[in-house]
Amino acid sequence: MNGLAVGCIYGLVALGFVLIYKATELVNFAQGDLLMLGAFVAYMAVAWWKLDYWVAFLISGLSVAVFGALLDAVVLRRVIGQPQFAVVMLTIGLGAIFRTFASVTWGSEIYTLPTPFGGVTTIGGVTLSHQYLSIVAGTFLLCGVLYLFFTHTRIGIAMQATSQNQLAAYYMGIPVKLIFSLIWAISAGVAAAAGILLSPVTLIDTNMGLAVALKAFAAAVLGGFGSIPGALVGGIIIGLIELYAGATLSEGLKNTAPYIVMLVVLAIRPQGLFGTLARKKV
Amino acid sequence: MRFLFKTSYEQDIRLFRDRTDAFWYGLLALLVVGLPFVIDEYYVGETSWVFIYALCGLSLMVLVGYTGLVSLGHAAFLGIGAYAHAYFLQQGLPWVVAMALAVAITTAAGFVVGLPALRMTGIYLAIATLAFAVIIQEVFSRWESVTHGFAGMPVDKPTIFGVSFDDDRSFYFLCLFFLVVALWLTRNLLRAPTGRAWIAIRDSEIAAQSMGVNLAIYKSIAFAYSAGLMGLAGALFAHKIAYLAPDIFTILLSIQFLLLVIVGGLGSLHGAVFGAIFVALLPPVIAILRDSIPESLAGFAAATGIAPIGSLGAAIGAFLSKPGVEAGIFGLILVLVILLEPLGMYGRWLKIKLFFSTFPMYKKATFKRQKSYMRSERLR
Repeated sequence: MNGLAVGCIYGLVALGFVLIYKATELVNFAQGDLLMLGAFVAYMAVAWWKLDYWVAFLISGLSVAVFGALLDAVVLRRVIGQPQFAVVMLTIGLGAIFRTFASVTWGSEIYTLPTPFGGVTTIGGVTLSHQYLSIVAGTFLLCGVLYLFFTHTRIGIAMQATSQNQLAAYYMGIPVKLIFSLIWAISAGVAAAAGILLSPVTLIDTNMGLAVALKAFAAAVLGGFGSIPGALVGGIIIGLIELYAGATLSEGLKNTAPYIVMLVVLAIRPQGLFGTLARKKV
Repeated sequence: MRFLFKTSYEQDIRLFRDRTDAFWYGLLALLVVGLPFVIDEYYVGETSWVFIYALCGLSLMVLVGYTGLVSLGHAAFLGIGAYAHAYFLQQGLPWVVAMALAVAITTAAGFVVGLPALRMTGIYLAIATLAFAVIIQEVFSRWESVTHGFAGMPVDKPTIFGVSFDDDRSFYFLCLFFLVVALWLTRNLLRAPTGRAWIAIRDSEIAAQSMGVNLAIYKSIAFAYSAGLMGLAGALFAHKIAYLAPDIFTILLSIQFLLLVIVGGLGSLHGAVFGAIFVALLPPVIAILRDSIPESLAGFAAATGIAPIGSLGAAIGAFLSKPGVEAGIFGLILVLVILLEPLGMYGRWLKIKLFFSTFPMYKKATFKRQKSYMRSERLR
């Protein structure tokens, strides 16, 4: 269950990568740092301003989402069409700036976010802690909402169209730039939510994003970059592998087993489990 | 304004473009050789960092800038080179043999990593190399019989054929020697068929393949050569830091190398050197600024009687001395370079040169890069 819960977090972060990658073909290496920012904003709302946990959740999600949209409008829109590598480096640079900002603003201490989920439930002889349950439930809730959004709203369908073919969508009257900003907003919001859900497990500090983002990368690649169900399944697989490798094999393999599995999958199936290989006919 | 008439294909691949070029490089060589006798010993040590970073930059430039394969895990090769060199030295092998073995091992490692990389492109390759780096870092900390884990591993000063390179000045020349050899080797490879094949692969894999370039062979060579250079840099790096620990060779170091390559200018050997100067000298410059800005602004405030300037200086000093600020400054510079000058420092240098050599007729569009918006054009 713990592996499943942590895997859900990886899945959520990977979902953020995939959403942005599908629509804009950019890879956002700052996703983990957005997660960290979300956790810090929620902590600030709960511990400093004495707000309710759920209000803090909303504030954090919305503010990071707005921040993501601004990021797209101000910075990332300029590099669309440049080589993918430039964008990767750009987001790595942005991530470094966010980390520095966080460590200057909040210091390098480790914080805990008080949550309303205490206690345990026993179902069929298995003891489940509510914190882990909240992560799994939160993930599935978020995914359900996103699914409904993408299939049942005009904007969601416009986003799907944009991710199929930007130019065609533009000709059909879809405001592609606005859609990109919105996708960044959604992705950043999902990252913030993941950060809040994760914070009782790993505690909040300025480097929490990096470790999670690396595992989430493995998850996204395992599932096939550009496949939304792949991201979630990949995340859960990575989480479970990490847990079982830590429990049954040596301590050193806990950190490396997810990557070894990912490398093996990539060597056999370079497009990932759920990915489709793009081909070009000459 | 100077005109360059090329009358044979040979002229396209000459080592130096013309005699003026050769003259300036000769002057630069003289300057670099004379430098350690002029400046302070401390700065000589800092300058040998520039040479080591330039070797790393050269390695990554071959892979990223010329072959178009992105690696986010090159610190792993640096680490393999450093540990291998230190281990063989500890076993009592002569310096030259240890060095050669270290380079051979990293070359082999690069070849092995390059094999699966043949099937991957773009972001998949980046993540695969990232995963490789994480695994290697774990190996460094766990394989205690060789690397001594987190306890660390001391590295002796280099002694080559009985000559000891124990002070900063002689080590400077050692690094300079290897950098010049590596630059010369790389330049020659680049003007040979191998380098042209690399560039063809970078520009379009499909076009290169249809021109008869064997993708598998040339990508493997690029990976192996790049890793070998990194191993060479790693051996010097081991001597420079004198004490190896697994937490040196992190992903952040790999990212720093990529920063070097980008800030210097992708796709040029000059860029690797410019980037190395930037990356190696930025931390000392930040340290100097951290000490001097508050002082000079406080002096200015005392002289003019404007108190807020003094407190502003103190605030800047306090900001610069916070931990992690360096990474943020690196990040900021990286973002600005990619947004404003995608060709990096070498691109800026070329533009300035072109402006003066074509003085009244400089055209801004000369360096305009084509953007590709269509999904089908980006299939690489």
